Amino acid sequence: MAEDDFDAIVVGAGPAGSACAYTLAKGGRNVLLLERGDSPGAKNVSGGRLYTYALDLVDPELAGRAPLQRRIVREQIMLMSGQQATTIDFADHGEDAAGARSYSVVRATLDEWFAAEAEAQGVTLASGMRVDSLLEENGRIVGIKVGDDEMRCGVVVAADGVNSLIGQHAGLFPDAKGHALGVGVKETIELPSAVINQRFGVKDGEGAARVAIGCTEGISGGGFLYTNQDSISLGIVFNPEQAARNGRQIQEIFQDFKLHPAIAGLIEGGTSIEYGAHLVPEMGLHGVPARLHRDGLLVVGDAAQFGINTGMIIRGMDLAMVSGLAAARAILEDGEPAASGQRYLAQLETLMLLPNMRAYAEFHGIFGIDRIFKEYPALANDALRFLFTVDGKVPPPMISQLRRIVTSKVSFGQLAKDAWKGYRSV
Amino acid sequence: MSIKRLSPEELLALDRFAVDEGNPHILVDKAICARCTARPCLVVCPARCYQLKDGQVHFEYAGCLECGTCRVMCTDKGVTDWNYPRATFGVTFRSS
Repeated sequence: MAEDDFDAIVVGAGPAGSACAYTLAKGGRNVLLLERGDSPGAKNVSGGRLYTYALDLVDPELAGRAPLQRRIVREQIMLMSGQQATTIDFADHGEDAAGARSYSVVRATLDEWFAAEAEAQGVTLASGMRVDSLLEENGRIVGIKVGDDEMRCGVVVAADGVNSLIGQHAGLFPDAKGHALGVGVKETIELPSAVINQRFGVKDGEGAARVAIGCTEGISGGGFLYTNQDSISLGIVFNPEQAARNGRQIQEIFQDFKLHPAIAGLIEGGTSIEYGAHLVPEMGLHGVPARLHRDGLLVVGDAAQFGINTGMIIRGMDLAMVSGLAAARAILEDGEPAASGQRYLAQLETLMLLPNMRAYAEFHGIFGIDRIFKEYPALANDALRFLFTVDGKVPPPMISQLRRIVTSKVSFGQLAKDAWKGYRSV
Repeated sequence: MSIKRLSPEELLALDRFAVDEGNPHILVDKAICARCTARPCLVVCPARCYQLKDGQVHFEYAGCLECGTCRVMCTDKGVTDWNYPRATFGVTFRSS
């Protein structure tokens, strides 16, 4: 049998791949980390927030060196309709619990840094390498192919992202379905740091994160805004099946959102510097394929569809890092690296990734309540407009007017049904 | 420059692309697209790579953002082959 070129080959230098390669190299393994972009992060887009407990799990020293943008201290939820918006703004100025921090990030810098940290541990990083296929012998994955070049290893880790062509080639799962994914579009808008501080009421190094509903023409999905050091990440994630039925191009809906008066004022004077798009796993635990490994292959990160979206909390990068760490620990344990699949699943339990996903397993049911994306935000705004209106006329009785506002959008039967659905989901 | 509505072309002009001339990474069978009535690609592609011209679905891979939405959403499998661009080609993000 041919000799292995590496102990492990990790495909994809995103948060999952780099966390895995970093840990393996620190454990003394000879690792090749392959990235199809010219540099790590060059192909990656995300909303832009990292919950840094995950970095701490990989190595407590990492977060201090990471190119993090702003620590999120303001959590905002925006209900939009027409020319109105209601924003709930939660600011916690108390001491934050250790390990409960989150930061806005820019992937081009974060991913490049993390891969460089892995290199410093001894990983061989090769960017500009697209893995075309897997090498298989006697039912076992024994390496990868890049063009005509073959490279052999003890175990392959597929950290190749949400489209995971590697996992599909290996026969682990079929192509993902539209209803299980969200398509995200995002514009990065440059603004001076001091302007961001002022507009969002934050100090240097601190930032805001905002989610918005009511900005998708009723399509399941929502807007997001993250403040970076000197730019703003603004975008929307859409359910692609509903978007197709809606019939209006998604970037047009996104531009409407950007120009809504409640958003436009925050980015006024800024310069658009980049436009990106990416798929997002949206089904939580129910979207995770039944098979995440086979002999010689482990699947981690977005490729394994690890994601949690509660409507308020959107997680992906942290789960990617934790799953990469889980795969590395499984490979480092005693036993044949190629047969580390069961140990990987056990590590996903130990490191609390799967228990976390189970805790939120039914949350995607909330997004099955269609009226959340149009009628309810409009209802909130209509009600508040009524309550705040003073025009000198005698106002109608408050309770009956509020009831009229509610029933203009939704029947009490629908309201009860949606409340029940929401209750069951959480 | 101030904030304004940007067309798909203007949005893509913000990005850096290295186009693999003559080597599309996504293959589309126009005969299949001609029979498709749903045509979700026209709506969901964030780069508007799929456009209707003279009643036909026209596909242009040069501004592809490599997201995979067309692959997942193509109902009649008019997208016959979907891959990432060859190494060193395609989009390069610097600020996302």
